[in-house]
Amino acid sequence: MSLALRPSFPDYESVSKHNNFNPYSDNGGSVVAIAGDDFVVVGADTRLSAGFSIYTREQSKLFPLSANTVLGCSGCWCDTLTLTRILKSRMQMYQQEHNKTMSTTACAQMLSIILYYKRFFPYYISNMLVGLDDEGKGCVYSYDPVGHCERRTFRASGSAGALLQPLLDNQIGKKNMLNAKEEPVSKEAALSILKDVFISAAERDIYTGDSILINIITKDGTTEETFQLRRD
Amino acid sequence: MSSIGTGYDLSASQFSPDGRVFQVEYAMKAVENSGTVIGLKGSDGIILAAEKLILSKLHEPSTNQRIFNIDKHIGMAFSGLIADARQIVQIARREAAEYRQQYGSSIPLKYLNDRVSMYMHAYTLYSAIRPYGCSVILASYENGEPVMYTIDPSGISYGNHGCATGKAKQSAKTEIEKLKLGQIPCKELAKEAAKIIYLVHDELKDKNFELELSWVCKDSNGYHERVPEVVFQEAEKAAKQAMEADSESDTEDM
Amino acid sequence: MMNPPAFWQNGPAPGNFYSFPNMQPQMKPEESRQHSQGPVTTSTSILALAYDKGVIVAGDLLASYGSLARYTNCPRIFKVNNNIILGASGDYADFQYVKEFVEQKIITEECLDDGLFLKPKSLYCWLTRILYQRRSKMDPLWNNFVVAGIQDGQPFLGTVDKLGTAYTDKVICTGYGSYIATPLLRDAADKKPQLTLDEARAHIEKSLEVLYYRDARSFPKYQLGIIDVDQGVSIEGPLEISQNWNVAYSIKGY
Repeated sequence: MSLALRPSFPDYESVSKHNNFNPYSDNGGSVVAIAGDDFVVVGADTRLSAGFSIYTREQSKLFPLSANTVLGCSGCWCDTLTLTRILKSRMQMYQQEHNKTMSTTACAQMLSIILYYKRFFPYYISNMLVGLDDEGKGCVYSYDPVGHCERRTFRASGSAGALLQPLLDNQIGKKNMLNAKEEPVSKEAALSILKDVFISAAERDIYTGDSILINIITKDGTTEETFQLRRD
Repeated sequence: MSSIGTGYDLSASQFSPDGRVFQVEYAMKAVENSGTVIGLKGSDGIILAAEKLILSKLHEPSTNQRIFNIDKHIGMAFSGLIADARQIVQIARREAAEYRQQYGSSIPLKYLNDRVSMYMHAYTLYSAIRPYGCSVILASYENGEPVMYTIDPSGISYGNHGCATGKAKQSAKTEIEKLKLGQIPCKELAKEAAKIIYLVHDELKDKNFELELSWVCKDSNGYHERVPEVVFQEAEKAAKQAMEADSESDTEDM
Repeated sequence: MMNPPAFWQNGPAPGNFYSFPNMQPQMKPEESRQHSQGPVTTSTSILALAYDKGVIVAGDLLASYGSLARYTNCPRIFKVNNNIILGASGDYADFQYVKEFVEQKIITEECLDDGLFLKPKSLYCWLTRILYQRRSKMDPLWNNFVVAGIQDGQPFLGTVDKLGTAYTDKVICTGYGSYIATPLLRDAADKKPQLTLDEARAHIEKSLEVLYYRDARSFPKYQLGIIDVDQGVSIEGPLEISQNWNVAYSIKGY
């Protein structure tokens, strides 16, 4: 029987119409961090979006974990909410158990383990953990969703990560240039590069915009700063 | 209690030769050691009143309450061991919540009474556990009809127009019988309830006590709640006046 | 290995009665656990706008069955307590399930009688956890919830979707409203950051009207929930969307 002649009985159709449920969503957002000798700056845009909708223009994606450790998250927002909640309680448990605050390096290791623990149903988040290490130097740890962790001096991640990393490589890393090599940046230079790259990201990436929230961590603690971006 | 010491009172799972379960009777003794609690049926609802004995000056007022909410429309008062009663409160609440989840409406008191009394009765059957050392009064106002039940440690329950348990239950019952139950509006009945609690309070044995008053009636929209401050003050005032008048007439007699 | 012979060769598979020709083979039992079929009876957008002294929430009364306007009196904005209004769009059955256990939570809390009440941020957080848990089980509650309330004298407006994605903002719209009403309301809120109740109400009504023209699953009967610092909670409705289709005559070229 040819296909066209075959009668169809929709009522007896046994293949279910499967409405595939996707437990993840891409809520966008970019995080950029630059470390110096005695400081680290981290910035995240404040736009929370999904598809062509902007959920809100003022969502902080930076989560202070201690006086000198901050986590920046972008990706699946519901996972971010859950992960940061777990981290917050783990920080508190550590504090109460050892009567001291967890160091940034310990945080970095713990985050990696927590992420890998969900290897087969991962938290779909690009994490960036910044802070000061045991010597007081600025450090930036960047992660993949399943817990791969590496320490860098500068890093861009999130929806505009691929757009911004080459820019940072050039501006801070001085990569692929004759007679130039990477030197520690000053806090002021880092801040101004950070703002510049976000302006560039907002031009090209629809998931980055509205404004950025910047945290500057030094041995004296964390200070906050905001900076407006284009809102379209 | 001539049979004490004969060995038949060690377990709730054993009768004595004359057909009694001593553990249950001892549980009732525990009830009689605590402050008096009464429930009165009015024309438009029910009043619960409790004499909360204050054992130490160091206790904060309003702790260890004797009257609880079970659901929006049900109140429970108890006398006996407070910790035992709290467990009864907990299972009553769970029973009410489960009923609401299943049937989408509030639990009828008759049904709740069945469930709670069955539960308490189950604790009179086994050797490994002891009966609950408390009596509870359940009250609600359903479809314009006041309903009240009491449950004993034995698991027996009665529907009541008026009831009393605790220390002075006999004299309280005598007082309650004088009232025209089911005919007095709750606002008035609150005063009567307060008067009875004050009257049966034994000043020689127990110095301090706190009056607890709650109602479930037309004025409270069928919700069980503590009586409003105004009603409470009025009731307490009426009770204190009655006590004074009483003591004056006593002195005149002498 | 033992391989027992087939119990009934060529007969219908267990659980099957008929064997139609060309039918797909049945799924294996271990694959048969299937969740998240998707929403069935659905409701459309919820609009919410925070103003200087409170929050206003609106949603129509329609529950659709696909494209069929099936049930036309389905309220989906309700008062949780004196601090909170909850609104929902998406699957109506899931909403009713959530409504049930939120209401039970409130009753359980009232029973404690400690003078404390659930606050909007707590409910918002709680719902987020529940929805995230369900999505992690791949069995989501197919809803968008909008939590509106007053906390510490300040208006609160937050939303949670079926994944547990949660955020707060001054303007929140779900469903089709997020495309059509959000820009209108954001524009209004940006132009005048401290809207009054009357202004907010006018903006919401206008947005509902626009949404009614464009959203084929919307309905002209709606409810309005207002929570105000001074006036507390009120749920108004059913109200009617003002509509004027004269503009339709001017559309040419189709």
